[in-house]
Amino acid sequence: MRQALEGSQAIAQAVSRCRPEVVAAYPITPQTHIVENISKLVADGVLDTELVSVESEFSAASVILGAAAAGARAYTASSSQGILLMAEVLFNISGLRIPVVMTCANRAVSAPLSIWNDHADSMAVRDCGWIQLHCLDNQEAVDSTVQAFKIAQDTELPVMVCMDGFVLTHTLEVVDMPEQDLIDRFLPPFKFQRALDPKRPITQGALVSPDFFGEIRHSHHAAMQKSAAVIESVDADWAALTGRRCGGLLTVEGPADAETGVLALGSMCGTLLEAMETLPMDRPVKLIKLRCFRPFPEAALREATAGLRDLIVLDRAVTPGLGGTVGTEVKGTLYGTDPGPRIHTYAVGLGGRDIPLDILPDLVATLDKPVAPFGVFDADLEKLAPEDR
Amino acid sequence: MIEIRIHGRGGQGNVVAAYLLASAAFHDGKYCQAFPAFGAERRGAPVAAFVRINEQRIFRRNQVREPHYMVVQDATLLHNRSLTGGLRPPGYMLVNSTRPAQEFSDEFGVWAVTIPATRLATEIVGRNVPNVALLSALITLNGMMPVTALEKALADRFSGSILDKNVKLVERASAEVEPGLWTEEVRHAASA
Amino acid sequence: MTDTSNATRLAELRLKHGRPPASPAEPSAPPRDKDLRKSQPRFRGLEAGHRACQGCGEALATRLVMESAGPDVMIANATGCLEVFTTPWPESAWRVPWIHSLFENAAAVAAGMESAMKAKGHRTKVLAFGGDGGTYDIGFQSLSGMLERYHNVLYVCYDNEAYMNTGIQRSSSTPHAASTTTSPSGKARMGKRHLKKDLLSIIAAHHIPYAASASVAYPTDIRRKVRHAMETEGPTFIVIHSPCPLGWGHDGSVTIEVARKAVQCGLFPLVELERGEVCNVMPIRQPQPVSEYLKLQSRFRHLFNDKDPRALEERQHLQALADHNITLFNLRGDQADPMDTAGMDTVRRGGPVH
Repeated sequence: MRQALEGSQAIAQAVSRCRPEVVAAYPITPQTHIVENISKLVADGVLDTELVSVESEFSAASVILGAAAAGARAYTASSSQGILLMAEVLFNISGLRIPVVMTCANRAVSAPLSIWNDHADSMAVRDCGWIQLHCLDNQEAVDSTVQAFKIAQDTELPVMVCMDGFVLTHTLEVVDMPEQDLIDRFLPPFKFQRALDPKRPITQGALVSPDFFGEIRHSHHAAMQKSAAVIESVDADWAALTGRRCGGLLTVEGPADAETGVLALGSMCGTLLEAMETLPMDRPVKLIKLRCFRPFPEAALREATAGLRDLIVLDRAVTPGLGGTVGTEVKGTLYGTDPGPRIHTYAVGLGGRDIPLDILPDLVATLDKPVAPFGVFDADLEKLAPEDR
Repeated sequence: MIEIRIHGRGGQGNVVAAYLLASAAFHDGKYCQAFPAFGAERRGAPVAAFVRINEQRIFRRNQVREPHYMVVQDATLLHNRSLTGGLRPPGYMLVNSTRPAQEFSDEFGVWAVTIPATRLATEIVGRNVPNVALLSALITLNGMMPVTALEKALADRFSGSILDKNVKLVERASAEVEPGLWTEEVRHAASA
Repeated sequence: MTDTSNATRLAELRLKHGRPPASPAEPSAPPRDKDLRKSQPRFRGLEAGHRACQGCGEALATRLVMESAGPDVMIANATGCLEVFTTPWPESAWRVPWIHSLFENAAAVAAGMESAMKAKGHRTKVLAFGGDGGTYDIGFQSLSGMLERYHNVLYVCYDNEAYMNTGIQRSSSTPHAASTTTSPSGKARMGKRHLKKDLLSIIAAHHIPYAASASVAYPTDIRRKVRHAMETEGPTFIVIHSPCPLGWGHDGSVTIEVARKAVQCGLFPLVELERGEVCNVMPIRQPQPVSEYLKLQSRFRHLFNDKDPRALEERQHLQALADHNITLFNLRGDQADPMDTAGMDTVRRGGPVH
């Protein structure tokens, strides 16, 4: 049913309809409204779940680890410092191959303290072995959340649904909320082969010697790569049921013959998309919307960028001393493609900086010049002391 | 697409106002988007919220810099003269004030309308929350949707006597202004 | 399957798992194995053949806990010796569902498991195991959270009074004046400068239904306390004093004696608490001087250097701590008591008593 909902409220409802058996969370801006709404659903008797109000994000992640290991569908949500406090557990969850789902309401990482949106948190844990999906709007966030439970279950890998904090979580917009019976048809009850069970005692999380460690990491990597096909097929199944796609691994919008591409992820794709359609451009531009950041869709990216002369990659986080995470990975992926595009990498919208529509023509205008080194595109260096520029 | 910027102080129900207006547009069959100028402001601090209303799905996420309409919940905010920055001509500005609208129009070079929203809200709802009265006046002035849409949006959030009082406030505030005073040009933009 | 083959199979299984005959009709298999321990009718949740050191107090304590806890349990284990020596992949000494996640989250993982059991309506009891590092120190927050949220979890802390897994570094449970690799004794220092953290008082402040201290020297007492905790709905906590021959510097054959001396001198009082109030203690009829306990262990060797005036001072300090425990818990009761430590001396498990 179509409803006008705040993003967090929509996510809470979607999570509720996925029938989680255990939800554990610790409040942090801008994730709070998700947890508050779930708590309300529990209090109102709409959602029957074990809601564990933990004493830290570290325990939130640990509780869902334990719950899923014991065979329950489990969910948590966090942001920023919370994601970093969880980091150790996140690696552990994926290493144990425990299928849980988390919403990351993306927020900058302190210091300096910022409660506003960028991708520093999820990028900081890019190597934690979780599937990471990014959302364009709240509809995609809702649909991806439902899909995430299915993907987790089918791949036995944890899934992080990244939605831009405030920009999506605190925005009220029209969302087509999938009905309970539709979700029930799509998402079977939770089943986990390796669940702890006194009838079949198993040991999980053993000490692994050098004789086996490499093999186990290899198998984790292979599982992540194989999950790409599952992510695509789950999106296709969802589309067959609802008529809505979230964009599989990545999608390309705009004129097919455009020789200029912009690659971005998250809600800024919406602004770029509308800029593409409404603003006069001196050349055709296509948008590559990267939905699945982990596993990184290398083959799809090579295909999507074939024929491009220029590719602008927009990060919403910085790897200090190197540049942008996505930009660097795109460069690595396209290395050796002949003829590959000239790749321009920038960070934009850090710490909640508004990304205006006209950022697109401004970006395109840089293409006439030689490829610039990575930089924070919308930074006003005049604000800095000369020695810091 | 119609873009609206709402100014108020923390605690005046600024975000709720934006959400209500967007929900009302949704009940009127439109696409909508409402979000606060996300901040860490506490009670009393100047805050802003944004609303977009469109016939098609809205993709852009940037803050509203050039609104078609401005709603000012607290006239004392206007001591900051940049508040009206970006307001599109002819400068539709609805102010919660008991002063004559002409004073604001002259001072800021806008087309201001004032209603005593605080007084109305205190009288009818019993709380100093001017947002609903202002929204009612706004949609009456520009005719972008019937006030019944706003009443439906209120019914999503409130019930019982609070809802009844708010509906009464909607009707009362609507009667304070001239329907359709603020015109064609913007309605045109909505279908653009 | 015929009745005969079924009976044979059952007999085999019984030998393997050490379970009692399922029914009187079943012929009891003759003990093929002369090893009495293996034919004991006890549930062996922790199987033999793990890789603990000789005389490991923690391994023994865990086996005793598992015997009493029974098969309908699942365990969240913190990182530490216990985890390392029982699960060298691809082998495992556990006969119950067992998971190791991290060092500091055993209580939180257990809370999650318990929530899952609650959600599914299962009665399986969840246990959390940690050493003193994972309990007193790094896992302290998640433990407190688990107790506060009233999860139906039995948390067992195997207290060997230092970070033994990483090579004997001091923890907040290390006793005052003990020498470890990060609190070595030397010209300027007499081992650990600080006191052993009074964890049980902090646990008591959570007002959980049941908390107790136990010692590996008193197996019957451990079993009783574990059974009581198993029957209790809600969070329960048992800390078990478990000597580490390597870390404490004593022979593996005297583990039990060392543990017993700790109790008998008053340094490690065995108490039980209900809702934070002391409800039972194990009395000490003839308290031994702490030096009897200390001199068995090389971690206190520097306290017996007659040329060093600080040695006597620190011994007196430790004696004062023990005396304080004896007074605080009124360990010198007047009446006869079956729990008397003197009576417990008859237990001869784990090596000779000198």
